[in-house]
Amino acid sequence: MSNYLKYGYLEVKDVVSFPSLKIITKHPVVVSECIQEIPCNPCVTSCQFQAISMEGINGIPVINFEKCTGCGKCVSICPGLALFLVGIKGKKGLVTLPFEMLPVPLKGEKVYLLDRKGKEIGQGDVLRVIFPDKSTKSAVITVTFDNIELIKSVRNIRSLK
Amino acid sequence: MREINIHPILQFSHGKELKFIFDGKTVKAYEGETVAMALYRSGIDIFSESPKLHRPRGMFCAIGKCSSCMMRVNGIPNIRTCILPVREEMVVEKHEGFGKLPDYIEKFAEPFEINKEVAIIGSGPAGLSAAITFKEFGIKALIIEENPQLGGQLIKQTHKFFGSEKEKAGTRGFEIAQDLIKNIENSSIDYITNSTAFAIDENKIGVFRDNQYMKIYTKYLLIATGAAEKMIPFPGNDIPGVFGAGAAQTLMNVFGIKPGRSILMIGAGNVGLIVSYQLLQAGIEVKAVVEAMPTIGGYFVHAAKLRRFGVPILTSTTIKEVRGNLRVEKAITISIDKKFKEIPGTEIKWNVDTVCLSTGLIPSVNLLAQAGCKLKYVTSLGGFVPVRNKDFQTTNKNIFVAGDVIGIEEASTAILEGHIAALAILEKMGLKTKKLKMESIKNLNNLRGSPFSKKIIEGLKEVECE
Repeated sequence: MSNYLKYGYLEVKDVVSFPSLKIITKHPVVVSECIQEIPCNPCVTSCQFQAISMEGINGIPVINFEKCTGCGKCVSICPGLALFLVGIKGKKGLVTLPFEMLPVPLKGEKVYLLDRKGKEIGQGDVLRVIFPDKSTKSAVITVTFDNIELIKSVRNIRSLK
Repeated sequence: MREINIHPILQFSHGKELKFIFDGKTVKAYEGETVAMALYRSGIDIFSESPKLHRPRGMFCAIGKCSSCMMRVNGIPNIRTCILPVREEMVVEKHEGFGKLPDYIEKFAEPFEINKEVAIIGSGPAGLSAAITFKEFGIKALIIEENPQLGGQLIKQTHKFFGSEKEKAGTRGFEIAQDLIKNIENSSIDYITNSTAFAIDENKIGVFRDNQYMKIYTKYLLIATGAAEKMIPFPGNDIPGVFGAGAAQTLMNVFGIKPGRSILMIGAGNVGLIVSYQLLQAGIEVKAVVEAMPTIGGYFVHAAKLRRFGVPILTSTTIKEVRGNLRVEKAITISIDKKFKEIPGTEIKWNVDTVCLSTGLIPSVNLLAQAGCKLKYVTSLGGFVPVRNKDFQTTNKNIFVAGDVIGIEEASTAILEGHIAALAILEKMGLKTKKLKMESIKNLNNLRGSPFSKKIIEGLKEVECE
């Protein structure tokens, strides 16, 4: 494992559990970047498909990619903003991520795709924006892009404006 | 001029406009706001002058814990302006030197007495949770709070909380605070805000509110006074614009005021990481987070959230110096080796107007010390903490404790501790709470099951008595 506690980000190779191509071409599924034992389990209790399991409250979430339907409920509840959906739709890559900043990009808008260090790695289109909490502008955003490989590294977006 | 107009999580509503006088000039404020916040909102950074070297001083903690914001108000010196609500026509003056009492002071109001079976000092998560527990068993406690509003530091936590469903995981801290406060208000639990408990004498608490002295007689007392931000030594640490990270949070998340334009955060524990992210949400530039340790101390997920927005986190790096004339203008950091020795030539100059310190918290044990409760210094708990038993009872049999004052942890553990301490007091009153208490102790131990809590658990062993 790379030195993520020195720099504050994971490398692609550190994401130990990544779903197979076969699964994610059917529908998107969740990937977890929650890798430390911390007392937190709303992802487990919010999943109605029992797709996320954990040993006690301090365990690390383990995803069952077969059971995950890609509903995204855990993405919106995760306090650490550490869950993402990844998928392939047609010839395009797709990532769903939590987004708590302003401005919130609109559906159809072009955005910069950012990696775990905030570096621009391409451009994509906003496919969907939902606001799971009624009281805030905290959003869960789905972006699509041409380079399928990027599903492993797109973890943030920024408005082109 | 420092207004936050849009925010992804919060909506700010202001009370009616008021005016007060600061050094002969009229300053605008909103009802419900404190003097220090109103001054800062209108661009005033300097609140006093140091007694000997006449250096400018601004606020530091913004929650009534330190003495950095003391000013002269209506002629009275040494008033903590960060917790003093603005009143129309108030006269505020910059403090020079140690402050002199005026020749004539309006007579203090006659002291009055209150009798209560239980009093709680501090209305953060521990205090509120205790008050609600008392209410559930038919006991109305009195809450004493020195800030203008209830909720302690929970009201400024905009991030979603960890934990399990029981601890409302996935809910934002300020929303948990709103629920607790609503519960208190709807059940007519007595509370007094803007009220400073300053002394404990056997079964009597001395409390001041404005010029009103109150003697509160109580059989049981729960002290949940929380903690204060640590200041660390470096040249320029007194220049206005050097804040505790919690002060930045109070400014932006409680009052909708930008703490600065461009910020350097010192310390990559959870507070530093969370506050840096919240600064981004308030539209403020965070240049970097620096951390003296070789690794990030807070949760990795908090660091990852920040990195995704391009904010660098520099480990094995420390603050060397802050420069500025009337306000921070520059900060200089330097890399350090394994022995924490500075490595020459590795200085970085940052053009920032604000430096936030998140280098740890110190339990606010002053009242406990004054009351004669035995204290012990435990590094992993943050400093001096009260010696107490499993029921959170101190060596002074009528005084109980809960929350950060017994060791720096999380709001979720504070809520449980307040609950347990209240159950223990209820048990002493003869109510049947033992089973519930034991269950809650088990829940608390579960929350401390992560590797992050190892040092805390070791520390707690040192202060637990029979």
